[in-house]
Amino acid sequence: MTAIATGAHVSAVPLVPNAARLTGRRMRIVRERFIETLLMLAALVSVFTTLAIVFILVKESVVFFRQVPLLDFLTDTQWTPLFDDAHFGIMVLLSGTLTSSLVALAIAIPLGTVIAIYLSEFAPFAVREIAKPFLELLGGVPTIVYGYFALLFVTPLLQQLMPELPGFNLLSAGIVMGIMIIPYVASISEDAMRAVPMSMREGSYAMGATRYQTATRVVVPAAFSGLASAYILGISRAVGETMILAVAAGMQPNLTFNPMEPAATITAYIVQVALGDLPHGSIGYQTIFAAGLTLMLFTLVCNIGGHMLRRRFREAY
Amino acid sequence: MIEIAERPGSKIGTEKQNPPVLKAEVRGLSFHYGEMRALKDINMPLHEKQVTALIGPSGCGKSTFLRCFNRMHDLYPGNRYDGEIIFHPDGLNLLGKDVDPIEVRMRISMVFQKPNPFPKSIFENVAYGLRVRGERNRRNVEEKVEQALRAAALWDEVKDRLHQLAFNLSGGQQQRMCIARALATDPEILLFDEPTSALDPIATASIEELIHELKEKVTILIVTHNMQQAARVSDFTAYMYIGELIEFGVTDTLFIKPKMKQTEDYITGRFG
Amino acid sequence: MTDGIEAKRDLVAIRKLIADHKRWDAIFALIGLACLMIGVFTFLALFIDMAVKGLPRLSYEFFSNFPSRRAEHAGILSAWVGSTLVMLVTALVAVPLGVASGVYLEEYAAKNWVTDVIEINITNLAGVPSIVYGLLALGLFVYQFGLGQSILSAGLTLALLILPVIIVATREAIRAIPQSIREGSYALGATQWQTVRDHILPYSSAGILTGMIIGLARAIGETAPIITIGALTFIAFLPPAPVSVEPPFLSFEWLTSPFTVMPIQMFNWTSRPEAAFQLNAAAAGFVLVIMTLVMNGLAIWLRYRLRKNIKW
Repeated sequence: MTAIATGAHVSAVPLVPNAARLTGRRMRIVRERFIETLLMLAALVSVFTTLAIVFILVKESVVFFRQVPLLDFLTDTQWTPLFDDAHFGIMVLLSGTLTSSLVALAIAIPLGTVIAIYLSEFAPFAVREIAKPFLELLGGVPTIVYGYFALLFVTPLLQQLMPELPGFNLLSAGIVMGIMIIPYVASISEDAMRAVPMSMREGSYAMGATRYQTATRVVVPAAFSGLASAYILGISRAVGETMILAVAAGMQPNLTFNPMEPAATITAYIVQVALGDLPHGSIGYQTIFAAGLTLMLFTLVCNIGGHMLRRRFREAY
Repeated sequence: MIEIAERPGSKIGTEKQNPPVLKAEVRGLSFHYGEMRALKDINMPLHEKQVTALIGPSGCGKSTFLRCFNRMHDLYPGNRYDGEIIFHPDGLNLLGKDVDPIEVRMRISMVFQKPNPFPKSIFENVAYGLRVRGERNRRNVEEKVEQALRAAALWDEVKDRLHQLAFNLSGGQQQRMCIARALATDPEILLFDEPTSALDPIATASIEELIHELKEKVTILIVTHNMQQAARVSDFTAYMYIGELIEFGVTDTLFIKPKMKQTEDYITGRFG
Repeated sequence: MTDGIEAKRDLVAIRKLIADHKRWDAIFALIGLACLMIGVFTFLALFIDMAVKGLPRLSYEFFSNFPSRRAEHAGILSAWVGSTLVMLVTALVAVPLGVASGVYLEEYAAKNWVTDVIEINITNLAGVPSIVYGLLALGLFVYQFGLGQSILSAGLTLALLILPVIIVATREAIRAIPQSIREGSYALGATQWQTVRDHILPYSSAGILTGMIIGLARAIGETAPIITIGALTFIAFLPPAPVSVEPPFLSFEWLTSPFTVMPIQMFNWTSRPEAAFQLNAAAAGFVLVIMTLVMNGLAIWLRYRLRKNIKW
């Protein structure tokens, strides 16, 4: 109770002579710089990861493409890399990926959008507060569980309606994948719609429009680029999905666009190879990297497109 | 002209027998936010253990000026100081490029417009400045925290709940705690940035009384948008307008007989 | 008088128009709700199916047996131990890296092209299919770095996979801290690191924890990258224990041991045609679903508590 009561300025912290203060300060600066560098290195790990992915995929694919001409890769209609008479037509795997993704998106995009519109424009607060966490839970179920569900619940169910449906088929896998993607599409779309300013809605209501009219004629068009980015990211998710297809669609490469048949997707093929025993450096080993590179390029384009749309959309408001 | 209520000790030199000593001198201070010049060639003395008030209309640069003293502008990129603020008795230029802003902030403390207690206990809030300086001795910390809270006229109200969250205090109490926090490190200058603009009149009055007591121990520079507050609380006043210091003088003189017409216009409310 | 009749007719027409439109409102609300219900029913069907088939198989033996060629004797011991160990590595790698990245981006990084590059990378990585991470791990960790088909490789791979989740959660938690708190700290003479250590990190820890739980919930269920690394599907032994009662008390052998994880065990059983194995798969799946439900639920609850408690 001494120092502050008197008139004199007395510091309990001793006044350090200038020389010592200077070294103390230098140490402090060095330490701060050191910590900042450490943190920056941590942040750069993400850059290194991307570079590493590109490096690994390209490195192995280059070896692959030295042995298999790019034209063959793109146009051959058979995919039999492990036979003596090997064929490497990526189209076969692409057909599986495309078909299953189309089925999935045919479910996820309409349902996801409707749910998003409903939650954003119609639903009462209580429903929203329950539905949003629920959708998060739905999207958090491990994909292997969804795969099991598709194979052992959905397929038998569908077989009762369509007796000629084979045990492995793209349809069940596609349907379950679609339901899995709904939360993803719905949440991004809903964010996009919530971002539309209330003033725009008020303008519509003030002219006597109903909720449905406002939602479909004002909000959805205004949120359009956000919705587009949701769809594109949904496509990317569908194309990249592995386990549901590996389990329920079978792993037999099959060039088809008929969802009622079994087929292998790019992702399922990679799993199949990994399950087997492939010597490091063999052509079989390299095929998975070539397949992976194709997949990566496609999803990269989708992701970049989706995010650019999202950025542009955010700037508009 | 404004009514100046009777304030004990409002005349310079009646309490102490010494003439006012300089604590700091601002020389030719200009400040740029990026391309925009916010302060233009300011020259001003800061007298030791006196209260100096900065007044002026919104946007005149008083907060910007205040923040030069503790180098707060260094936290954001694109800012540039020109000129000097000479700190006595060392003769140190606070704005010097080789002067560490952290060191400046260890000697000059600030109280903000809106109370900004940390989400910690009252004790930890007030002790934070000491911890940052590496003070580990528990007895010392406890002593200084009590001293600071007494100096801020808050001790009696919080002594039984030092370890409760500071958020639970009222607005006025939070601001007094922030003052205690700023005092705990024995600063040589205490900067107040519109400290009562977020408070109700009763809290405001208690803070003004506190400032009056504190000036016996520490030099005070206070920014206020409330002229009457400046008249009540300060010994010297500086009137600023669009980044320039228009007039500086003893408060009583400036409010009764300002030298510049601009000052007079502002004081009499011809513009706000 | 024609005005009056016309006006009245118009009113009737308007009212009918409004009623028609409002009917659309009601129809759409119903459709929206129905779509939501599809999601609800799917989830319920999945959950109940797993529960009905799997619960009978859940027993102490199920958790303490190794997988076996005889379905009735098979258990998930090696699988859940493997999952736990892999999660340990994942958390120990992803959390420090992710939090450090988040802190750097929010508190230190200047707005220049380097920062832009980092941010673009993080958003991209969030959208890369998990199997591509598996390929990265195969080429890089397993072969190039020679870490082998081990728990360490798996943990590192999953850590990279969930890194964007942790980074985003950290950044959002830090952004919620108002600038006035930072200024208060700096004004007292604190350095940048002191401000981060004493204020930024403690105040954002709840948000970071939420992100960590969500990330780990995702990692537990990941199958594709782990298969790609080459985790074997039939493992009838446990990796060596990390801690033991004899010196040296800590061992790192377990990091390089072969292993399996829960989702792979489930995958293995699902792929067997025998019905008995499919019951095992259901049981394993049920355990997995409960685990992810609990973790996600915990994260959601934490987020809700956070919103209520911190009043900046």
